Amino acid sequence: MNPFDIVVEYWPRLLDGTLMTLKLTFLGAFIAALFSPGLALIRANTSPIAQAPLRLYISFMRGTPILGQLFLIYYGSGQFRPFLQDWGLWGFFRDPFNCALLAFALNSTAYQTEILRGGIMGVARGEIEAAKAIGMTRLQILRRVTFPHAYRIAWPALGNEIILLMKASALASVVTVFDIMGRTRQIFSRTFDFSIYLWAALIYLCITAIFVLLWRQGETRLSRHIGPRNTGRSILSPPEGPKP
Amino acid sequence: MSEADIILKAEDICKSFGAVEVLKGISLEAREGDVISILGSSGSGKSTFLRCLNFLETPTTGTVIVHGEEIQVRDGKPLNARHIETVRSRLGMVFQQFNLWSHRTALENVMEGPVQVKGTPKAIARTAAEALLERVGLQDRMDMYPSQLSGGQQQRVAIARALAMEPDAILFDEPTSALDPELVGEVLKVMQSLAAEGRTMIVVSHEMAFARDVSSDVVFLHEGRIAERGTPEQMFTNPQTEVFQRFIANVK
Amino acid sequence: MFELLSYGDAGWGDEILAGLAITMQLAIVTLPIGLLIGFVAAFASMSRHAGLRAIGFGYTTIMRGLPEILTLFVVYNGVGLLLNKLAVWWNPGGTNIEFSPFAAGVTALAMVFGAFAGEVLRGAFQSLDEGQMEAGRAIGMSPRKIFFRIRLPQVWRFALPGLGNLWINMLKDTALVSIIALDDLMRMTKVAVGVTKQPFTFYLLACLVYWALCVLSEVVLNHMERRANRGIRRV
Repeated sequence: MNPFDIVVEYWPRLLDGTLMTLKLTFLGAFIAALFSPGLALIRANTSPIAQAPLRLYISFMRGTPILGQLFLIYYGSGQFRPFLQDWGLWGFFRDPFNCALLAFALNSTAYQTEILRGGIMGVARGEIEAAKAIGMTRLQILRRVTFPHAYRIAWPALGNEIILLMKASALASVVTVFDIMGRTRQIFSRTFDFSIYLWAALIYLCITAIFVLLWRQGETRLSRHIGPRNTGRSILSPPEGPKP
Repeated sequence: MSEADIILKAEDICKSFGAVEVLKGISLEAREGDVISILGSSGSGKSTFLRCLNFLETPTTGTVIVHGEEIQVRDGKPLNARHIETVRSRLGMVFQQFNLWSHRTALENVMEGPVQVKGTPKAIARTAAEALLERVGLQDRMDMYPSQLSGGQQQRVAIARALAMEPDAILFDEPTSALDPELVGEVLKVMQSLAAEGRTMIVVSHEMAFARDVSSDVVFLHEGRIAERGTPEQMFTNPQTEVFQRFIANVK
Repeated sequence: MFELLSYGDAGWGDEILAGLAITMQLAIVTLPIGLLIGFVAAFASMSRHAGLRAIGFGYTTIMRGLPEILTLFVVYNGVGLLLNKLAVWWNPGGTNIEFSPFAAGVTALAMVFGAFAGEVLRGAFQSLDEGQMEAGRAIGMSPRKIFFRIRLPQVWRFALPGLGNLWINMLKDTALVSIIALDDLMRMTKVAVGVTKQPFTFYLLACLVYWALCVLSEVVLNHMERRANRGIRRV
């Protein structure tokens, strides 16, 4: 089959898969974004002992393969089935999408927390002092000074993290979620046409490219107040390290 | 001397950083309209003392009273910490490094305090802020970001920002030390005009001319204690202590 | 539970250890190949030749932007197909050549590692202090000597943190080969789960083993970084 025929025939499934990938990625990143600010504050401001459970969690997420984390949740929950059923949670854990989303959200939360912590620690102390001196409450200082600056500083690394999350999302296919990778494997198993993998690659690259462009625009808007600066970075440079 | 005139009072402020005792019991009173210059060599604790007044540093022991609002500190813990924010909103501070909020324009910097801390409606705060920026000579730069302003201009915005809170007293922490020499004058001029209109000011600075010509009182700190204090005439024409005599000689 | 992990017929200890051995072999074989690809990619990206730069940029961009599992499947299925086509052309009527999952794993992991390493190395090369090279030239060192005795040690110092990170990521990535039926740690765990019906226990164990490997790697890398930075004053 010529490479174009396969797309013509299977494009609905590929589209379906693309939407699923986007859903997994952005929902996962979003959930992580809800929890990471609070956790990052804990990481930045409390004593090492108080942080220990959090650091353990982060170390585990960064030190184990995502595949392992995924299996732990999806297959592992089976070991506790009676318990989960009693609590009405079995319905949740039975669904591969839920398990994948949970795994990705937990994983991304750990990474986003560390990234945001770096951002928080990069905020100019002087500006925080000025906010204190004028009588702002701690919450006001966080809202008006700390986090606006922290997110701007962390923006590129956060974008990176979302891209890595999208690449990791391909693993959901291993637990029968029909994202891009899942659909691709399905189509390949029917047609044995190798070109479908190349189309999948193209789709991933396009999503990445579009995302990078949009994210860089966000960075420009956030950095309006900064004078002329030499960043010397290519607009298309993708992430710094794989996230397995 | 009536108690009602006393705007700001510090009683026996002591501050230690671990084993190092930086402030060894400093007491100060500022009446309305006083311009108090705090002098001292580096390490004398003058900046630390100033920052204790609005609790950017927490004293180890001591009491700070601002217009009736009293905060006592024992063992490094303020006894009514909830009042700290109130005290801070009553004192303005101008920093050596300006510390403008870099993501807000000059106008927004000046408006931020009244809107966020005092709850002033935005429109009113904006009008007041525009007037203040005009007062410090920056009406043409209201919508610029700090990165687009010179050091002297940023410091003037910082002064306007402190004024916007209608403070009882303004604390100046080496306001011109980080400025290029040619920009120092514009800031000193603003400070002079504030003194002339009767503002209560406490100034930590190296600018001897300001201490001598504009202040009402001069306090000289040495190794965490007040070594000498008096009016500028007393202090500069007739220095009593050897440390202060040496200090003046070195500064010349 | 501990009987499950013991050696011999009753326990899974030796199967899992065998899987761990495969995982380690995979990682250790991939590392030098990945580094080699990294150097090639870095030199291509820094070359004066626009065409080479484009190739370098294209390679690193694509390999860094694709999910590793996709790369693995492309290599496993694609190279397999390619080899078969070649085999048929070379020796019609002969047997199929199997592209072993191990070879596929090494190839895919090395290609990904190489792409990321290329960028790390490029950054390191571009941060060098040219003054030290000049000093070498001034005493009459040959370009070859300068490269190996001055340039490379500095590149090593700058690149080590980034490369260390990539190593740890690659260790975790090896788990992917379990999907193409290579008997690594993850796959042996899956087998054990299939029989014992204790998925949580065994997958947790697998995760803990990977975690231990990563923590150990971090300790060693910290050591190496300190050694590489001896004599350098912290800014």
